Parts: sequence; structure tokens; C-alpha cells
Amino acid sequence: MSKRDPKIRIHDFDEVDQGISDQNAVLEASRCMECVRPLCVKGCPVNIDIPGFIAAINERDFRLAANIIKKDNMLPAICGRVCPQENQCEGKCVLGIKEKPVRIGALERFVADWERKNGARPPHIAKHTGKRVAVVGSGPAGLTAAAELARAGHKVTIFESLHAAGGVLTYGIPSFRLPKGIVRAEIDQVLKLGVELKLNHIVGRSIPVEELLSYDAVFLGTGAGLPSFMGIEGENLNGVYSANEFLTRINLMHANRFPEYDTPVINGSRVAVIGGGNVAMDSARVARRMGAKVYLIYRRREEDLPAREEEVKNAIEEGVEFVCCANPTKITGGPSVSGIECVRMEMCDADDSGRPRPVPMEGKDAKFTLNVDVVVEAIGQSPNPLLVSLMDNLERGKKGNVIVDEDGKTSIPHVFAGGDIATGAATVIEAMGNAKKAAAAINKMLE
Amino acid sequence: MAYKVEKATQIADNIFELWINAPHVAKNAHAGQFLVIRIDDSGERIPLTISAAKEDLVRIVFMTVGKTTTYLSKLKVGDEILDVAGPLGHPSEIKEWGHCVVIGGGVGIACLPILAKALQDAGNRVTGIIGARNEKLLLLADELEENCDELVICTDDGSRGFHGFPADILKQKLEDKNIDAVWIIGPAIMMKITSMATIPYNVKTFVSLNPIMVDGTGMCGSCRVTIDGETKFACVDGPEFDAHLVDWDELMNRQRIYPEQEKQSLELFHEHYCECGGHHHE
Repeated sequence: MSKRDPKIRIHDFDEVDQGISDQNAVLEASRCMECVRPLCVKGCPVNIDIPGFIAAINERDFRLAANIIKKDNMLPAICGRVCPQENQCEGKCVLGIKEKPVRIGALERFVADWERKNGARPPHIAKHTGKRVAVVGSGPAGLTAAAELARAGHKVTIFESLHAAGGVLTYGIPSFRLPKGIVRAEIDQVLKLGVELKLNHIVGRSIPVEELLSYDAVFLGTGAGLPSFMGIEGENLNGVYSANEFLTRINLMHANRFPEYDTPVINGSRVAVIGGGNVAMDSARVARRMGAKVYLIYRRREEDLPAREEEVKNAIEEGVEFVCCANPTKITGGPSVSGIECVRMEMCDADDSGRPRPVPMEGKDAKFTLNVDVVVEAIGQSPNPLLVSLMDNLERGKKGNVIVDEDGKTSIPHVFAGGDIATGAATVIEAMGNAKKAAAAINKMLE
Repeated sequence: MAYKVEKATQIADNIFELWINAPHVAKNAHAGQFLVIRIDDSGERIPLTISAAKEDLVRIVFMTVGKTTTYLSKLKVGDEILDVAGPLGHPSEIKEWGHCVVIGGGVGIACLPILAKALQDAGNRVTGIIGARNEKLLLLADELEENCDELVICTDDGSRGFHGFPADILKQKLEDKNIDAVWIIGPAIMMKITSMATIPYNVKTFVSLNPIMVDGTGMCGSCRVTIDGETKFACVDGPEFDAHLVDWDELMNRQRIYPEQEKQSLELFHEHYCECGGHHHE
């Protein structure tokens, strides 16, 4: 996939990856071995008929390819961009053993983009069943569940607390990785199935829990919105953001275009991002586009970074400076941030996660300070407790996640859950996979 | 879907009230809760306390400070607000306390009628104390009088009622009478100073905190406040907290994160806002 020049792209929020041409798509599709028992499908959390849609591309029937994908996935342009394909479909591709796997993600994206440009056709919807289903949250899980349930003929209402649908797709993932117009277009496709979307509705507050439970079925997809903080000194100084806040101000509220848009963000000239996941990479790359010198502080080694390799590469190309094997101990300043004190870490034996356990080094050389005026903490989120804490009898785990069985069923009859609210922070496609299973179980229950 | 302004009135110097048609908020609103509004597509999300709710309508009362509140003050009946989300936050802890004192400073007075009424309905005796710099900044006194067993008005300059601060009256009341719970709502500095009065008497004292927020649903952490040494999110853990446990200096610092941007935004608004035909972009 061709990428825009880092020197140019760090000055705007336009998409970095440019996709592939018709010709290259057909060429790439021709590499598919059409395995009898395709492992790629097993690697896909929503089990797209991958050999099927690739064969259609090979025949240059892009419309058919789109229809095949949409049978299992209503958000292909999104998934084609943000799925960790290297660990899923592409990771299982037999061609990957000897050479490079088929670029399934790029092909999915190609088909979705082709269809959007050439007019998407909504899929078939079953006869109306007369059943009402409430979906809470309009992120990847909620949208997927809503699409599956609407296609089965149920009357679906999505409740969204923010003023825009999409959840993390809208407020979290920056537009240089996932353009907002594409998110909106795919959400519109879901709404065209007859799904009703109620924005600005906080379930448990705008809609009482009893009213929610009056629906024939409920799907909770409220995500992992609650940001974690490190708990170190100086965290509440002005200029310390959670990644959620930093990204929301920019992605949802367009603070990068202040004062054209009213929401401000501190325009730090030196920014420290703490964390090593995709959210940390997104935050660091956003800060670069705001013109800052950016340090990414991660407590393990560079090879341990949990972010996608591609995103790490993008961040490096864009000039993010990685400060690995380091852990922040204190944020200094007052009332605004002036620096971040860190301790160097060394790697010891593997910990519970199987990775080497980082341990602070000793001695005065082990400590160092970076002068920064903004700190962004991207160290994880936990399930948003607002609604679930109001639902009596809803069994929850230690981390606040809703406990579900393999069908997404919770401890309350006719209430299902999926996505980060059930699993804790995970990927877009895993959330969609959970939601699909839950929707299938709801459909069965409502038969 | 947008939310229509049904009534717009200036009720004191720089203070305005709007009644907005937002049934999902109005039908479920309780004392102590807030809503988040965004006026238009380029607007900021700002939290405002719910001052009253009647049928499909919800009332907000605000003082013009920055761009968004100034823009809000220009809205007329029939104008629309793009987004109104809520009600948000925990409702006030309404129960049979006994004798409750509700104290409002400046625009914070607007939060008291709904609270006083809820407390009265729960069988409490309610004393109201309201204070403003001068008579022109006093608001809703008549409305509040209806829901209080006693109402004391204070002005800093003596232009009406008692010449002094609500804290002075509160101290007297604490000496004279048995008080079971106190609510103080107003500017942070006023809440800080006033709430000190109840410490020696060990009276449960609530304050409604108003840090900067973005989403208001617990997602961003912008509104974090330190309560008894612990970080809490005012939007979902509050907005009301035990006054004696609040880190006031931190709150006041965090309210001033964006002074320059706020000034720039307001200046631009004044430049572009046309009194004859409303807001326009160039």
C-alpha cells in the first residue's frame, strides 16, 4: 500500500495509506491459493468468506466482492483500515509460510472503497418481526449488533451518549488512520437498514433502566471508555491528558482547528506520550501533527511494543522519539506541566503476560527528566461504569467488565453484551466478532 | 434533531435563562444533575446545571463568561441548540435530613429552587441563603422563597438584604440552630470559603463542582478532581461532593487551563457576531 511522504503528512490529518489500484488488487487477488479449508476465515473474528470475495476480485466483479463481504461485515472500509490483519486473517494465510501472505486487509479496503465510490446497495432485510431491540452504544460492537438484528427484521434503536455515532471509531482513531467521512458512510449504511439512532441519550440517565429492560432484547456495547491514570505525583497538573481526552478534543471536537472550532487543546511544543499500544501511537502521531516534539515513553523494549508494527513504523517515520525501557515517576510543574521524571528499566524474567518483567534500575544514572509541557497518558481504559453500575443483578468481573457467556448473554435474561464492555479493551474487529455472536443469540431467542 | 429554545430571558446583569425543549432530559432530571450542550457544529461541549424541568422543557441559567455562554445569551425563542445531552451526574442526596440549608452564590443561585423543592418534598425544613456582589446580580429570589421556609438575601455591597457574605449568615445559623445538612453552590472560591464555616460543627456539607468537561460521561477525565486524596471524575462520581474533602486549589487551577484560548475565542465572537442578523462566519 502506498503511503504519503512523512514530511508532508505530518502537516495534515489526511489519510496516510493511499490504498491500492484496481490493477494491483486483481494482481494481489490472483495470488490466493483458494485453499479447501481456508485458515484465513478462521482467523477472522467475523468469519468473512475471504476466498469468496478474493475470487470475485480476481474476476473483476467488485460489486459481487462487496456483497460477499457485507454478508458478514457491514463495516469493511473501517476493518480494512484498522484490523490487525497480520495477527488474524493474514497471519493464518498459508502463503505466509514461504513468502508473503495475501494482503487480505488491503483487498477488503479496496472493495469497500470501490463500492462507496460506485454506490453502495443495502443488503436484503427480512420481514419485520414486530420485536424491539435496544442497542446501547454506537461503536463497532453496537453498530455490528444493530446491523445483524435489523437484517433479521427487528426494530432496532441505538442509544448514543455523544453527539456523533461511532464510539471509538469517531472520538478515538485519528482521521489520518481512519477518515471520518468513511466512518460516517458506513454508519449510514447501517442506518439504511432501518436502524433508529438516538444521539445525546445516556442510557440509565436519559432513558431509565426499566425502560431499557422493556425492550424484547438489549445489547450493551458501551465500550471501555474509562481512562486509567498512572497514579503518580503531578497527574492533575494542567497539561496532563488521558489519551481519551486528547484524542476526543481533536478527533471529535476538532481542537486542531481552534479557533475555527471552539474546543481548545494545549498546543504543547514538547509532548510526552506514555504507553506503547495503538492508542499511544495515535496520540503521538496526533501531537506531531500539532507541531510538537514528541517523546513516547514505554517501560519495556521497543520489540515489546504492543502496538501494530505498521503503526510503530509510521510513528518512527513521522519523527516520534521512542524512549523505551523507561517509566515515569513524577510529573513536575505547577500549575502547568514543566517536565516528566522517569526511571530507566531493565528487563528481568518473564512475568504473567509472558513478556520480560521490567524492573526499575538503581543508582543516580537511572533517573532522568524530560522537559515537556504536555503529557498524554495512554495506558489503557476500563469498561465505562455509568450504565452497568445502575443495573442490579448484572454480574460483573473484578475489572468492572460485564460477565457474558460465549453467546454474549449476561446474568439478566434478554440482556446481552459485547465488545470492550465485556472483554476489556481489545480491537475493533474482536468487538465486532463478539457482537455478531450476541446478535445471532438474540435472533435465536426472538424466533 | 435539534433542540428548540422555547423561552429566553435576561434575569440579571449578564445572567440569562433559557428553557429548551429536550424531553429526554426534562422527563428524567433530578436536583443536582447537569446537562451538556453544544450550540452548533463548531461549538464546544459545555456542562450546565439543570435549574428546573417542566414537562418537555428544561431550564438553564448562566452568566456570560466566554464565547459559548455569550453565544447562548444571544439565542432567541425559536432558535435551536444542536445538541443537548443529559441529565448527567448523580442526583443530590435527597432524604429526610431534618433542617437543610441551601446556599447559592452568583449564578449558582439558579441551582437552588429545584434542590430546595426536592428537600421540602422529602419532609425537610429548608433555609435558603443567597448572595451576590450587588442587587443587579441577584436572581430567582421570588421563586426560591416559595420553596424555602426561610430565605436570607445577602449582597457584598449592601445594595439589598444583609450587607455581607452568605458565610456570615451561615455562621450565625450554625450557632443558633441545629443544622443537619448544607448545600453550597457558586464560584469555587465562594464554595471553598463558605464551606469552612461548617467544619467546626461537623455538619455534612455538599458542594457542586464545575471543572472543565468534554464528554461528561466519564470517558475523558478532563473533569478530574481530588477528593480526600483520591482522583474522582466530577461528571460521573459527582458533581456533588463532600465540601470538606475537596482539593480546592487544584480545582481552581484546573478551571484555568485555557485562559488565552478562552479570551481569543470570545474576541473572535464579538468581531463576527452581528447584532442584526446573528452569528456568521467569514
